[in-house]
Formats: sequence, C-alpha cells, structure tokens
Amino acid sequence: MFETLSSRLSTAFDKLTRHGALTESDVSAAMREVRVALLEADVALPVVKQFIDEAKEEALGAEVLKSVTPGQQVIKVVNDHLVKMLGGAGSVDINLAAEPPAAILMVGLQGSGKTTTSAKLAKLLGEKEKKRTLLASLDTRRPAAMEQLQVLGEQAGIDTLPIVKGEAPVAITKRAMKTGREQGYDIVILDTAGRLHVDDELMDEVAAVRKAAKPVETLLVADSLTGQDAVNVATQFKERVDVTGIVLTRVDGDGRGGAALSMRAVTGCPIKLIGVGEKLDAIEAFHPERIASRILGMGDVVSLVEKAQETIDEKEAVKLAKKVKKGGFDLNDLSSQLNQMRRMGGMDGLMGMLPGVGKVKKQMAAANVDEKSLDRMQAIISSMTKAERVKPKSLNGSRKRRIAAGSGTTVQDVNRLLKQFKQMNMMMKRVGKLGEKGLMRAGIPGLMPPQ
Amino acid sequence: MSKPKRGWLSRLKAGLSRTSASLGSGIGGIFSRGRLDDEALEELEELLILGDMGAATAAELSATLAEEKFGKEVSEEEIRSALADQITAILEPVAQPFPIDRAAKPHVVLVAGVNGTGKTTTVGKLASQFRADGLSVMMAAADTFRAAAVEQLKIWGERTDCPVVARDGTGGDPAGLAYDAYARARDEGVDVLLIDTAGRLQNKANLMAELQKIDRVVKKIDAAAPHTRLLVLDATTGQNAHSQVEIFREAIDIDGLIVTKLDGTAKGGVLVALAKRFGLPVFALGVGEAVEDLRPFDAREFARALMNLEN
Repeated sequence: MFETLSSRLSTAFDKLTRHGALTESDVSAAMREVRVALLEADVALPVVKQFIDEAKEEALGAEVLKSVTPGQQVIKVVNDHLVKMLGGAGSVDINLAAEPPAAILMVGLQGSGKTTTSAKLAKLLGEKEKKRTLLASLDTRRPAAMEQLQVLGEQAGIDTLPIVKGEAPVAITKRAMKTGREQGYDIVILDTAGRLHVDDELMDEVAAVRKAAKPVETLLVADSLTGQDAVNVATQFKERVDVTGIVLTRVDGDGRGGAALSMRAVTGCPIKLIGVGEKLDAIEAFHPERIASRILGMGDVVSLVEKAQETIDEKEAVKLAKKVKKGGFDLNDLSSQLNQMRRMGGMDGLMGMLPGVGKVKKQMAAANVDEKSLDRMQAIISSMTKAERVKPKSLNGSRKRRIAAGSGTTVQDVNRLLKQFKQMNMMMKRVGKLGEKGLMRAGIPGLMPPQ
Repeated sequence: MSKPKRGWLSRLKAGLSRTSASLGSGIGGIFSRGRLDDEALEELEELLILGDMGAATAAELSATLAEEKFGKEVSEEEIRSALADQITAILEPVAQPFPIDRAAKPHVVLVAGVNGTGKTTTVGKLASQFRADGLSVMMAAADTFRAAAVEQLKIWGERTDCPVVARDGTGGDPAGLAYDAYARARDEGVDVLLIDTAGRLQNKANLMAELQKIDRVVKKIDAAAPHTRLLVLDATTGQNAHSQVEIFREAIDIDGLIVTKLDGTAKGGVLVALAKRFGLPVFALGVGEAVEDLRPFDAREFARALMNLEN
C-alpha cells in the first residue's frame, strides 16, 4: 500500500523538466508528497511539520544540478536533511566512561524487547569491548521474566544475578551493584519491567531505581514499528528518567521506521543501537543514512549490498560475470543463483531492501514468481543431467517428460523454466550492453522483460 | 466471554482519554472559529492522523464530514458527534463477541502475532475469562523459541487452574506440540484449547511457514480446526499493523483480532483503518494488565470515548 516517495515525486514533477533553481511552487508541491510519505512511514505529525518547514527552506534556492531532475534534487535535499535530523552520518557508541561497574539501565514499554536487548548488549560489549557484564532483571511483574533473562544469559555466556523471589526492584538494584563491585564486573545491565509512560507509580519506581544505580546510560528500548505514539513515549521517558540513548528493536521487520525520526527529534537522544533479528548477535550500530532511505521508501541498498557481500562467494561472482559477458550463462549458473537468493533471505527478504520495489513486486506477482516457484525451478534443474544443464537445447520431449517426472512437476513447468531461462539470458545480454552506469539509471525494472 | 462488569468502560475511557485529550482539544481549537473551512478541515485531518488512523482514512473521514458540513456554522460538539458516528458505523460490523463452539470439544484457538504484542498475556486472560464462564480450558505452550515463554504460560496455568501442555526447554517443534495438545484436549473432553505461538515478524518467510505448519497439523485431527485463528495486535503499532494483518491473514486465514495495550496514549485510530480495509472481527481490547482488563469491543462506546464524548 505504500508508494515510494520517488514515484510520488516523479508524478508531481512529471511536467517539470526544465532546470534551474527550484521555485516556491515546485517545492510546495513536492513537500505535500513528502509529508504524506513521512506520515505513511509513521513519523509523528509534529515532527513531520518541523521537518517540512526546515527541508522547504533548504530546498528553496537550492541550485538544480544539470544532471538531475528537480524531483531528484528535492529527494536529495529531503534525504540529506533526514540524515541530519537522525543524527548525522556515523554511529554513536555506548558510553562506558564511569568507575566500574558502569550501570546501564534498560527502560521501555511492555513488549518493546528490553530483555532480549539486554542480553544482546551484554554479548556485544563482551565481544567488542572485552567487558565483563552482570545482567540483572528487575522485572518483578511479568511472569517468568527473570527466568527469561537467566536463560538468555546462559545462551550468551553472560552471568546473571541470582534470582531472589519477592525482592523489590530497588533492592535488586542495590544487590546487583554490590555484586558488580565485589566481583569485579565492568558493567551491570539492569533490565526493568515494561511500563506505560503514563503510569505514575511505575515511572516513580524506575526513577528510584535510577537513583540507586546512578547509571552511565539509560537506554530507552523502543519498537521501530511504533506509530504516532512514539513522541509521547519518548518525551515522557526522557522527562521522567533522563534517557541518554535509544535502542530501536525489530528493525528487521518490514516497518518503515518513522519512529526513529520521531524519537530522535523530540528527545535529542542519539539512537545507539538497532535490533535486527531474534538471535543474540542480531544487534548493530545505528546508521542514520540507511534508516533515512527506508523512511523515504527508497529501499535499504547499503544493507542489501552488505548482505550480498556476506553471502555471495566473490570468486563465484567473478566467474559468473565472465560467463555472462561471453553469453555462456547456463542452467548450472541459474541453479547457483537460486541458491544464493535463498541464502540472502529469499525473494521477500531481497525485495524488501530494493528501491522501486512496488512495481517489481507487481510484475513478479503477475509472472507468478514466488518462493515456491524458486523451489520448483531448483527441483527441475536438479533432475537434469550435467550435459543437459550446460546445453538446454538438447532437451527434447522425452527428456522433458523424464525431468518432469523426476522433479514432481509437469512438462509445462519444465517449458516455463526454459522460457524463463531464455529471457534471463536475454536480460543478461541487456545488462552487458547497459553497463554498470546504465544499470544504475534504469534500475531493476529496466531489467524486467517487457510485458 | 463474561459480560462486562461495571467499570470497564471507565477503564477504557481512562486509557483512551489521554488520546482523546489531544484529539478533542485540538478539534476545539479548530472550531473556535465556528465554521468548517479548508484550513479547519486540514487540521482535522491531521488530528485524525495523530490517532494513527493513517493518511488515507483520515482524508476519507474528513472528506465525508466536509460533504455534509462544509462552510456551515458548526459547534465543536456537533463535529465530534458526527465523527464518532462515522467511526461507529465503520466499527460496528467488526465488533463481535469471541465465538466459542461448545460442541467442538475442544474449540481450538490458535494465537499468533508479532513479537511483544502480548500473546501470552492475552492467552492467560482468555483462559481466566473462559474459566469464569464455566468452560474447561487447556493451554499449549507452542512458543518453543523464546526463553522462558513456557514458564510464563505455566504460571498463567497455575493462576487460572488450567493444564498447560509443554515441553521443557526451547527448540522443539511447535507443530508437534500443538498436535499432541489437541489430541490430549480431545481425549479429556476439554471445552477450549488455547495454542500460544512464538512471536514472529510477518516478513520472515520461514517463520510464517512454521505457523502455517501448526495450522495444517492441527487440521489432521479435525478439518474444522483451528476454529479461531486469532491475531494479537499491539495498539502502539503504527501503519505496520496493515502489513501484519495482511500477511498473517494470507498465511493462516485469520478469523479475528484482539488489540492490546490500549491503556497507553496513542490508539484506536489504527483499528478504524483496519476495519475499513479488512473487515476482520475485533473480539476484545486489552486495556490493562489485570485479567478483567481484556474487554469485549463495543463500537459505539469506543468511538465516542475516542472522540471524548459522554456516552
């Protein structure tokens, strides 16, 4: 349902092909689209307004470069300003400048991911900073919350404060800090119970914990899928417990992450870390540039490239590139491509990170390309002989029947695969002609076979 | 589900009033000028957006309002009432009680949702309420992934005096566990089986396939099961709720929703947009941590409370 900002803007700028400085009416028209894009990305309204005012001023009078359209220019201004508001380029480290043990207090709403994040953070600090951490759960409310932290600690190889049933949060805090001091821990991470920012009693409780622990960091753990409420939550927590940094969780979801901008804008606190998966090492530094393009619906190209680098065997890639140039791309190569795709999180995982995906997705749906069809393609190729894979032209009717029976598909499926393979070969040749620069300009849709 | 006890509405209103305080007072600001003009409409639209209604739904609601009242002298009260009526009309068809087929023995409820929306807590509250209605309840701890999820459900089992089917530790096959629990519930003639599943982000294809497997395996005992596929949504979630409903519904044909955490500050709006788009029943709302804070969903009261109107 989300239209990307670039497609919105290209509609707004369709008639506007001339170059030169952007006029006020150009900018106003563009900003209306930006506003809707930001709202659809769950950026809170007051922050959207502030953003639009500031970006408008920057866009006005910005000289349109010769090589880009006014629409692209506006996107650049908007993107740059977004990155700036999210904290500028680069990431901010966790502050550990305190006499050990340095206390880190984790706060947030119910279900935001505090306990998992606590364990992830302890593991990260152990591996990156060589710090020894003690984990302590102050969650006396949710059933089995303390056991959860204990189990996570065991999984991550991090010590947890022994559980004493019936002890109150402030008492646990004091015991944790004492244990931390006596047993020479570098860091004590205090995982608190989830609480509503409007629950005075519980906010008082966490304030008391804060007084007892004197944390060097108070991290607000917040769900990146949060809507307009992000502003209220962040403001209240900042006021009541003086949050020093934000951890955004579930960034691996398909949310647009507007909450990041809302929270950063109203608290002025840096977003220090993001949670990107269920495993205990799925925590990363926050890079404003990446969230910015995601909020704007431009896809997270950087993450895609990184993921590709992680999973694609470089030698294999070079070999493939040579083959493609020579036009010798065969079914063996297609098979290894399919495997690579699966390693990178399947069709949906990949698509989620690509810019201009809405259009491609529709085309793919129309062409019936989905996860299952990938499996089917793989099965068909596996049922061919080596010679057949290199020379698909040798496939006659009886061979096709054999392959269909072997892969549990039909001859039609085999034919469809061969047709797709043929199209793909044509596409490869087109890529060769376009060259790298041409590809960047035409984007992925430029590669799709004409419908 | 048990009948609303006195005071639930005031609980809901207390929760919602914080949202409505900003919504309501904002609208007051607009209409102190006394006439519904372009500027007032735009502000109105923005205020609806602030309640997480989404840009499209907000535009639609304010456009409908404009058709009737544009340029006219209107009071703030009239506008709020008109909006509440519009919202009620949208929500009324989806306000449905939790359907329990007592003849099914057991009526199987499969509970799904994203991480941290409150599935386990909701299962515990439902168990408690079904028990109060005189039904026998069994719970299945099919969240075999999250640390101590099983222990959490077991504590709910003790609180509500319901048996909990679980395997120790993590990493087991949730579908196998659900199957075993179903077989046991059927043998023991239990009225309701609540299957608590692990939280999963809807864009994780493998985790959604795991959920589909649970759904499929349960069908092996009775093709009519699971009788209710429940999606638990967090009210603080913004526009991603659309994606959640869409993809979970594609995966396991969701029968209805329970929306939790409505005792915070921003909520309600997303429900209106979801009702318009999907028309899925809303069985209950979570407005607090106590068992009785899981309440049936009443469209009119909800809409009027949202617009800060007396019922």
